[in-house]
Amino acid sequence: MAALLEIAGISKSFSGLKAVQNVSFDVPEGAIVGLIGPNGAGKTTCFNLVAGVYRPEVGEIRLAGRRIDGWRPDQICRAGLGRTFQLVKPFAGLTVMENVVVGALKQSSNVRAAKEIAARVVAELGLQSKCHAPAGSLTLPDRKRLEVARALATAPRILLLDEVMAGLRPTETDRMVALFKDLNARLGLTILMIEHVMRAVMALSRHIVVLHHGQVIAVGAPGEVTRDPAVLECYLGEDAL
Amino acid sequence: MRGRWLDGAPSHGIILLSLLLAALILFPAVANDYLITVLILIFYFAYVGQAWNLMMGFAGQLSLGHALYVGLGAYAAAALYVHFGISPWLSLWASVAVAASTGGLIGFLAFRFGVAGVYFAILTIAFAEFARLAFDHWSWVGGSAGFFLPVANYAKNDLINLRGSPTMFYYVLLTMTVGAFLLCHALLRSRAGYYWLAIRESPEAAQALGINLFRYRMYVVVLSAAMTSLGGVVFAFYYNNLFPEQVFHISRSIELILAPIIGGIGTLFGPIIGAFLLTALAEGLDEVMRAVGLDVPGVKQIFYGLCLLGVVMFLPDGVWPPLAKALRLDRRRSQGQTGC
Repeated sequence: MAALLEIAGISKSFSGLKAVQNVSFDVPEGAIVGLIGPNGAGKTTCFNLVAGVYRPEVGEIRLAGRRIDGWRPDQICRAGLGRTFQLVKPFAGLTVMENVVVGALKQSSNVRAAKEIAARVVAELGLQSKCHAPAGSLTLPDRKRLEVARALATAPRILLLDEVMAGLRPTETDRMVALFKDLNARLGLTILMIEHVMRAVMALSRHIVVLHHGQVIAVGAPGEVTRDPAVLECYLGEDAL
Repeated sequence: MRGRWLDGAPSHGIILLSLLLAALILFPAVANDYLITVLILIFYFAYVGQAWNLMMGFAGQLSLGHALYVGLGAYAAAALYVHFGISPWLSLWASVAVAASTGGLIGFLAFRFGVAGVYFAILTIAFAEFARLAFDHWSWVGGSAGFFLPVANYAKNDLINLRGSPTMFYYVLLTMTVGAFLLCHALLRSRAGYYWLAIRESPEAAQALGINLFRYRMYVVVLSAAMTSLGGVVFAFYYNNLFPEQVFHISRSIELILAPIIGGIGTLFGPIIGAFLLTALAEGLDEVMRAVGLDVPGVKQIFYGLCLLGVVMFLPDGVWPPLAKALRLDRRRSQGQTGC
């Protein structure tokens, strides 16, 4: 069976800097794939290429078999891809509930129905007590949760998480991990996650892609990848080996 | 009914609003002509302010050229009336069509080619200036010498042709102001309303949630232009004269955004409160100046400037949000009690 998300040889450079070079990997339906790599490896650029913020210079991206490279972000969202932003972008002047309703309106143009969907998602993320607070007043961990809630409210087939665990306390990380495990098991939600918190990556993904200098340097199970000399070198430096 | 229209609105707010509306309906029976003309101005600014607020307050698209839509609406209806005797109730559709397509053109140019923020605002000014220059030289509608409607016969009110006493215009504009309020109220609770707020707060996040930025920005610009043009139709038939130098001038565009800014951008009551405060105070100032026998040109503009300064310094959200809190009318608190 073809993978839900297929990335084939995509590249993108910014005024000469090759941020992403010939990157290819697949995310099978129902999988949780981790995308890791040192700072500046091109992970977020890779996300932005998949989500339609940038157009890949070469290569193809397919979602459920359909080519989506060159599409706008809103078209890609409607095709079933939800994403969070590494630098959170809440609708600061709106309440938590209203933020999530905006996402839920993709599922139903009826505001009442969208509110019901949003209330469920808000509860799932443990944001009920803050549901009428302005999003701008939230703490960073809550803003990260709100990012996830908003993306989930669009009922995506695949969810792209960009460092949602960063800045969370270990207990909060565990709660988030449990939530994604549950969504994955119960709804079959496919997840592609950029993550530096290895505790979360190890707990969630059975498959990891490692980027370095815009290129894929290793793929495989967490155990294999973390023993891969190339991976250790890029994280720890040549001398450490 | 209550569920759809009023959910979350505190009941004493509804009572207050009903009393205010009843007072305004009965007002012409007790007021003199002067007070009625002041109220006409207030309604006019509340109406066009509401239309502008739809674009800026809801969707975050700053227009500094809304006089363009007032002027296009005014000239289209006036020209059809003067040259062909067409009733304004028919020609208003032409006004709406002209203003909406001009708004659509500006929106298309801006949103297709990524002109945003202050550059978008400059584009709106530019189009208003184009129009001012074009109408200055268009003799079919009088050119720079002005375009005049046959002066109304105040003996009887002719609603079909919008010829009549200030009292008739009072009720026409009151209806429009209430209508604009109800329309914006309904829009704010619709999908489009949520999408506009999302675009105002963060276009990137909005787009990532499946919102077609181009489409929803176009909707709001076209709608705002169309609404504003209706204000222009009434403007033309009320004043009976149109001069491009006045109608399309940037000071007119600025004047019509003061009410929502002072009342509270992005709020439904802001444009109305702002129009009441500004117009009533400016007229009061006029009276005082006349009483003491001073004639200072531009005193109104200085007064507007001071109001703006005061609001920016002390009430950055406008007058309405703190006022609503003081009157316990803010919706958020009353909703909070019902839970999520």
